[in-house]
Amino acid sequence: MAINARLTWSSGLRAGDVVKVRLLVQHPMETGYLQDLSGHTIKRNVIEWIRVEYDQREVFKVDTSSGIAANPFFEFYLRASVTGLVQVSWIDDAGVKGEYSKLLVLQS
Amino acid sequence: MQQRGVEVGHLTRRALLLGSAGMGVLATSPSQAVVMSSGSLRTLTEMMEGVQGFDGNFEKFKKARVDLQMTLLADNGNSVPLSVEVSSAMTEQEHITDIYLLSQRNPVLVMARFHLGVASGKAMINTRVRLAGSQKIMAVARTNQGEWFFDEAQVVVTESACVDAS
Repeated sequence: MAINARLTWSSGLRAGDVVKVRLLVQHPMETGYLQDLSGHTIKRNVIEWIRVEYDQREVFKVDTSSGIAANPFFEFYLRASVTGLVQVSWIDDAGVKGEYSKLLVLQS
Repeated sequence: MQQRGVEVGHLTRRALLLGSAGMGVLATSPSQAVVMSSGSLRTLTEMMEGVQGFDGNFEKFKKARVDLQMTLLADNGNSVPLSVEVSSAMTEQEHITDIYLLSQRNPVLVMARFHLGVASGKAMINTRVRLAGSQKIMAVARTNQGEWFFDEAQVVVTESACVDAS
C-alpha cells in the first residue's frame, strides 16, 4: 500500500518533553458540492475522523468534515513519556480505512 | 525644462503611477474585494447549536484564554491556515477536553472537533480549513470542569471553496 500519511517531529527528544507533531494525510476530501469536467457532481467523500495513539493510548482525535482542506494537515502536541509507536488511523465516507505509524524514539 | 519620463497617451508617468497606487488601495481593501459567497450567515446561537454538551448558558461562555490566529484576507477559500491556542496547564486537575472550529457560513457548521487531554501537554492546534466566503470563524474550547471559552476572527474570502475553480 502506498504511504499516504506523514508524521514529523523534531529529533533529540527526552521523556517529559511536549512534542510538536505534524500530521499530513493524503486525501482529496471531496465536499460533494463540486463538479467534474463533464458536469457531474463529485460524490462527497471526506475523512470522518483521524485518531492518533501513542504507546497504545489515544492522545489526539479530530472529527473532520468537508470544512477541512484537501490533504488534511494538523499540528498538535503530545507529552513524550516512553519510546513508543505513534499510530494514526482514519476512515472516510467511502469506508476506506487508513493507517500509518512511526516510532517515537527518546534520547536516554 | 524638458519633462522627463515616458508618456502614456495624455497621461504623464507620474499621473499614471498616482492613479495605479489608488487602484492598489482599492484592490487590497477587504470591503472592496469581489466576494463570492454561498449560504447565509449564522447567528451566535445557531453556531453554538453545533457544539455538543453546550447548555445554551451564554453567561458562562467567555471570550478568554483562547487565541485564534488566521489571515484577514484569503484569496482562496480552499485552504486557509489557522492556529488555535488555549492557555491551559493541561494537568489532571485542569485541562482542555475539546476544541471546536465553527464556521458562520459553510454548509457544514462544525469544521472540526479536536479531542485533547492530559497527554497532549499543550492545547494548541494548527490546521487548514475550507471557507465558503467571508465570515466569522469561532474557536470554542471546553475544559474538563465544563467551562466554555472562545475566540473569533473575521476573514474575507475572495473566492469561495464551494464554487468550482476549474
